[in-house]
This record gives sequence, C-alpha cells and structure tokens, in this order.
Amino acid sequence: MNVEQFLYHEARLLDTHQLEAWLELFTADAVYWVPLEREQRDAQHTSSLIYDDRTLLGLRVQQACHPRAHARLPLARTVHQVSNVSIIEEAGDELKVASTLALIEWRNEKQRLWGALVEHRLRRANGSFRIAHKRVELVNSEGELDGIAILF
Amino acid sequence: MAANEQLAMLVQPDRVHRAVYADAGVFDLEMERIFGRAWLVLGHASQVPKPGDYFTTRMGREPVIVVRKDADAIGVLVNRCAHRGATVCAEGRGHVERFVCPYHGWSYDRSGALRAVPVPGGYDKKKLENISLTPVPRVAVYRGFIFASLAAGGPSLEEFLGPARSSFDDLVDRAPGGELEVAGGVFKHAYNGNWKLVLENHLDGAHPLYVHASSIAAARGAPEPGAPGAEHYFDIAVRQMRQNGAPEALWESIGVWATPRGHGWLGDYHTDKRLTGGEDHPVFKEYKKKLIQKAGQAEAERILAVTRWNTIIYPNCSFMSQFRQLRIIHPLAVDRSVIYTYSFRMKDAPEQMFRDTIAFANVVNGTGSLVLADDLEVYERLQRGLASGTAEWVYLGRGYGRDADEADGTRRGASGTSEVFIRAQLQAWLGYMTQR
Repeated sequence: MNVEQFLYHEARLLDTHQLEAWLELFTADAVYWVPLEREQRDAQHTSSLIYDDRTLLGLRVQQACHPRAHARLPLARTVHQVSNVSIIEEAGDELKVASTLALIEWRNEKQRLWGALVEHRLRRANGSFRIAHKRVELVNSEGELDGIAILF
Repeated sequence: MAANEQLAMLVQPDRVHRAVYADAGVFDLEMERIFGRAWLVLGHASQVPKPGDYFTTRMGREPVIVVRKDADAIGVLVNRCAHRGATVCAEGRGHVERFVCPYHGWSYDRSGALRAVPVPGGYDKKKLENISLTPVPRVAVYRGFIFASLAAGGPSLEEFLGPARSSFDDLVDRAPGGELEVAGGVFKHAYNGNWKLVLENHLDGAHPLYVHASSIAAARGAPEPGAPGAEHYFDIAVRQMRQNGAPEALWESIGVWATPRGHGWLGDYHTDKRLTGGEDHPVFKEYKKKLIQKAGQAEAERILAVTRWNTIIYPNCSFMSQFRQLRIIHPLAVDRSVIYTYSFRMKDAPEQMFRDTIAFANVVNGTGSLVLADDLEVYERLQRGLASGTAEWVYLGRGYGRDADEADGTRRGASGTSEVFIRAQLQAWLGYMTQR
C-alpha cells in the first residue's frame, strides 16, 4: 500500500464508522493531536482541542459504543476528503507526510465544514503503515466552536 | 411581558417557567437588566501586565476593551468609535499606544480620550472636545480578578461578592506567594442553548452519573494509573472520569451553598487524592513546602483545609481552585451561548502541577473532551425541550423546604445534590429583572 492509499484507507474507516479498525492503525506509543493554538508546538503546557495518547484514544473509541454516549448517539456522519498528500521527510522506517483535510460533518440537523493541515508520522509495517503521530491543525482551532465528538 | 408583575410570576419557590430560558423578549430584558447591571467577571490582571496591554471581550451585547492604562489602573472601554461606530480595536489581545479607528483614523488614548482626528478643519473644534470612547462606568479588581459593571450605581464589588469572596481567596491563597497567571490557551466552546443552563449545571451533583455515564464507563475499563515516578499522561483524565462516577451517597454527603445574589459553590467530591492534593505524592509535598515557606505552617494548613469544587459568580462566571479553571459565560442569543475557559498557573508551584492543570483542562473543559461534549449535548436537548409550549414549568424541587440559612449569610442545601443553588440563582434573576 502506498502512502496515499493508506491515508484514503484511514479516511474510509472513519467515514464508515469502523472505529476499532481505525484505532488498530495506531502504534502503542502513538499520539493523536488536534492543537488549540496556531503553530502550537507544546502539548504539555498549552491545552489542545484533543491530545490523546493511545490509551485515551482507545477510551474515545470505547465511549462511542456506550448506549448513553449522548453526544455520539448517533455518531455524526462524515466525509473526510484527503488531498495534497506529500512526503516531507523520510528516515529509516519512518515517514512524515503532509496532507490537507476537508471534512463535512452532519448530525442533529447541524452540518459543519472543517478544514485542516494534517501531518502524519507513519511507520512501515508489513507492507503497509502504522500511525505513530497524527496532528490535525484546524483552520478554526482558535474560534468559538460547538462541541467536538468526531475524529478528524 | 415586560411588566414586573408578569416577570414575577415566572419564578416560583420550587419551579420556573420555561419562558425564562426560551423567550427572546425575556433575553432582551436580561441583557439590559442583568448584564447591564451586575458586576461581570472580565478576566485577570495577568492578561494585561504592562501599560498599553489590552484584550477584547463582551459584556452582554457590548463589545469592550480591557486595557491597562498605567501601572495602577485598568480601564474598560466600549469598543465603538464615537464617529461612525466601527470597533476601534480588532478582536483579541495586544499592546497599543493609541486605539485607531480603521474607518477614518480617529485615534484615542488608553483612557479612551479622543487625541487626533484627520481633516479636523471639517469640525467645530468645541464639539470634538468632549468626545471619547465610552468608558464602562465601574471597574474594580478583587485579588487580581477584573470586574466591571455597565451601571453607574449599585452595590460595591465587595458587597456584590459577599461570602463568595472566600472562593476567590481560596483560588489565590493556594498559589505560594499568591501569584497566579492566565496561561495555557483558552477554550471557546459554544452551544445552542440558554446561558443559564451552564450555571445551573456546574454545582449539580446529581448529573454526572447520567450525563457522563459513557466516559465513566470507559475510564473504569482503562489501564490503572501509575504510581509516583511511573505516571502516564492519561492518568489525570482516567482518575477524573472515574471520580465522576462517585456513588450517590458521596454526592449527597458533600455540601452545596448559595448566596442571596445567586452565587454558590459545591464541596469537593474527590476521594482520589492524586487529583486534589494527597500529601504522600512527591509533587504535592514539594508544593506544600513552598506554600509553608510563603504563608507559614498554620496559614498553609488553613488554606489546604478548604475543599471546594466549582463556584458560580452569578451571572457570568464559574471557577474552581483545585485545578485553577475559570469559565466566563457569554450569552449570544436566547438559545446560543459561548463559554471561554481559562487555565491559571501558580507561578511558584512545581511545574508538574501546571502540566496536571493542562491534562485536566483537556479532559474536562476541552471542546473535544470526553466529558464536556456530553454536557453540551444535554444543554442543547434542554433547549429543544424547553421550546415546547405544552408543558410550561421546570421543576426545581430537589431538597426544597430543607435549605438551611447559615450564619455567614449563605444558604446550605439539605444535601450535596440539593437544587438550592438554582433556586438562589433564579431569585437573584428575579431581583435584577424587577428592580426599578
């Protein structure tokens, strides 16, 4: 699988609500990060819209399956449109990949359009990849936002 | 609707009419009579440390600029040019010598006085003399927290805060040397619901087991948090979400207090002392040592013996001292609100305590939080239900008839899950709304 196909595969898992399979794409030491501030580099001393280690990301997926997950019942329907994919760094088994994301979300008569610069750090594994780090820089991260109960 | 007699009928001892949350005419009156009268929390002095530093915010519908005029004085100006009405200052924060209107270049100093007008020959000089940005009439600071009121008269800030001053004291006293600063970014989360819903939720000990059932369940299945020296990033989140699942009897046993002006606070419900200062943890040991150095042994013991969770300052603020979170509520419309959440750093405390603050803010107050997203969903469901005209009343009877008046002027609920604080908020609401 090449890098583009892998990112499309990841998007497809999210859009078809195969969250457990999506979670499996991440390494045990993975970080999933949606920063709060523009060009934020530090997640320890500045808050983030989402900053999940692999354990918290797992809880996020589990929560979505709970019968009283109010903000996630039903899960929002989404389209993740991934484009402008480019490999910006390659060292050993690890690649840094930049892409852009246009995401349409619909739930409870609210439709939202998200745009983001995305950076994946991918590790080669068994002819495919696993995600060691995913950073989603939303263009409106510093704006007044309704609650977020989707995965980017 | 405007007649005071009609407004008075909306709030009864143990119930409130849905119009208080759903009627756009009531909302217009609230902006005038509550947000136009009460002291509102605007921020903290650390946001404007140097003369010329400013940030913009809202007071009800008024866009305002909070600016440090000089070393001793903070001013609040309505962000509206006296000429044609444009905001003179872009939203956000920064540093200025002059506020210059983008439309025709009228410029104002930090006190709001008009200093220069291009093409001055076009004006009668006398008429320009008394023009300025409109200053908000009353500004006061309590222990570093900036308040302002759009009303020229009314109770002093200290009188307004009353017994709730002790919660600000708690927040500030906990910092060794009393030094706090806003740090770590601002969450701005919005919902399609009335502004009062959030104030009625933050002291509600009966909601976590239901609203947060899914995050509690997920956290219970999580790996165990580590011992000191082997801790993980996820520990604070998992511990806090588990704590939200405290049994009903624990929620019942903590206290909840309200004041006649609608302020109130909830006792702490944490049995997990890694979250709220267990002394056997090395970080808290170091912290306590610093606190004792600054405040002395006896005062440090007194400070740490205060165990409060959220405090509400009616009508626009909710904060807590244990993880130093402060939320400012901005009503946008009868069914639309936005909440700004700030974290504070204790300047002279161990750095790990601020990292814990950030981890806590992310899981509890973050826009993408496992916890908050369910609160926001429930606020929106409340608003949808309250739009229904077939049932008129909201029932607020939990603990009613068993509230106890205490010596310091507070009223204590019969148990930690009493709705005494909502009843007090609505009495304060009625006071503002019908005051002549």
